Amino acid sequence: MRTTFLNTLFELAKEDPRIVFITGDLGFGVAERFMEELPNQFVNAGVAEQNMTGMAVGMALSGKIVFTYSIANFPTLRCLEQVRNDVCYHQADVKVVSVGGGFAYGSMGATHFATEDLGVMRMLPNLLVVAPGDPVETRYATRELVERPGPCYLRLGKAGEPVVHKGEIEFELGKAIQVRNGSDVTLMSTGGMLYNTVAAADRLASQGVHARVLSMHTLKPLDIEAVQSAAAETGAIVTIEEHSIVGGLGSAVAEVLAEADHVHARFKRLGVPPHFAPRVGSQEYMLAEHGLTPEQIASSVKDFVTARTATTAGA
Amino acid sequence: MKKNPMTVEELARAIRMHCVRMTGRANASHIGSALSTADLIAVLYGRFLRFDPERPDWPERDRFILSKGHACTSLYAVLAEMGYLPLAELETFYQNGSRLAGHVTHKDMPGVEVSTGSLGHGLPISTGMALAAKRDGASHRIYCMISDGECDEGSTWEAALFAPHHKLDNLVVIIDYNKIQSFGRVEDVIDLRPLAQKWQAFGWATREIDGHDLGVIEGTFGDVPFEAGKPSCIVAHTVKGKGVGFMEDKLLWHYRAPRGELMDQALAELEARK
Repeated sequence: MRTTFLNTLFELAKEDPRIVFITGDLGFGVAERFMEELPNQFVNAGVAEQNMTGMAVGMALSGKIVFTYSIANFPTLRCLEQVRNDVCYHQADVKVVSVGGGFAYGSMGATHFATEDLGVMRMLPNLLVVAPGDPVETRYATRELVERPGPCYLRLGKAGEPVVHKGEIEFELGKAIQVRNGSDVTLMSTGGMLYNTVAAADRLASQGVHARVLSMHTLKPLDIEAVQSAAAETGAIVTIEEHSIVGGLGSAVAEVLAEADHVHARFKRLGVPPHFAPRVGSQEYMLAEHGLTPEQIASSVKDFVTARTATTAGA
Repeated sequence: MKKNPMTVEELARAIRMHCVRMTGRANASHIGSALSTADLIAVLYGRFLRFDPERPDWPERDRFILSKGHACTSLYAVLAEMGYLPLAELETFYQNGSRLAGHVTHKDMPGVEVSTGSLGHGLPISTGMALAAKRDGASHRIYCMISDGECDEGSTWEAALFAPHHKLDNLVVIIDYNKIQSFGRVEDVIDLRPLAQKWQAFGWATREIDGHDLGVIEGTFGDVPFEAGKPSCIVAHTVKGKGVGFMEDKLLWHYRAPRGELMDQALAELEARK
């Protein structure tokens, strides 16, 4: 996703001199081309995220379309007040980009786990929150963000995620993408969990459980209609995210369900408990520690769906 | 471009009187912090800034960022004197439904470039504006006024590192060094001395001036940039509460509002200086 984002932005920037890419001293091996070929549209802010974000606003208020870029929590939590006061309040055309969402830097330690970013960013007024599910969604999202003025948080994984969408997709910010159709349960994922979610759905299908899969690439504004339809049509929703179950996709969907009239659906959140993971390891290891492998997701969903059947039978 | 016909002396006094009335009526704090900025702001708006109240979004305008947002009354006052808002609207300061908030607020307020109030935000934003102007080959300048207490904020120094590296000589920081911050004298809270040398060491062409000597202020702004290829830093030695005897150099007037007889007394004193 990181590579797709940078390549897409580079191509767009060649055509649009308003686009500026500011990095917080990161991008070794991937951002050099931008720096060398478009020096007037590239800034290395150094290891200074507050200034990076404030400067981005100053440039945006001067007519630029600015992308700030760093990893994990650095472009978000480190400079949270700059994002709130400077970016959001001024409705500045600044896109805050973080790579390494979730446990992408799983061996690096808890400082590098971005597991609360979506929840924190989701609370900020005027801020669009986008977490694409795969490189294809990343490409579409990057293009659309350039054309859509205003603040955004774009949460990416790292490099080398598998492509989920094999063909072209209809991508629109704020609109969920249905990746699998099914009527037994709806699996909603955000960000890079899409691949494991689809793999879990395929596994479930072989066990006779037909899951609808929605890629909720836009966390805010949430596609409320898609949530309500899923609730009405499948009666059960499971959210899957590489993020705390507090504040992120699970919370966002729960809010919609809790206030929905005439719709009732059973509901479960899969994700990271609000804790500091006690051990480090590869992203795969960390996901397994939190029940987020395809097998574990399928198993949790199967139990959840089976429990419903049992309850219904009991009633 | 409409200009106020006042002399800078008259403008500075008018700003001070507006500040006293606004904070007194509103029972608001920060009158001392506003009064220390008045002479600097009067010279800047009266003599140097290129702006047009009819076209607040004019791309070539100079930008003034009041990063010490708590001194907002002096900015609202000068903007009213320049024609950005009716003078009578100053009476709504701090009141229910007003667009004139207790910290500098841009919302629906032409002439206010950015909202401030949380310290340490203004200089990074100004730096971005200066960088954008440089890259666009634009000739306008960015003037950012910060407080001494604001020099405690790390983000101020992040920008202070960045601007000289990028040779932003279209950027001017004015430090309103009134020596009193929120909970005490600067030298007792976090001593900044030697302040000018710190900025100099960071790569800013730095001058120390008397921030209440109108002639000196005018001469100083006239010399900007002090050195080609370097951002300019003006360490303006000021007095908190300047212009109203009973407020001068008193921490109390970071907080207290001049109400009733005290307001009358303050206004009479300012009036008498004509």
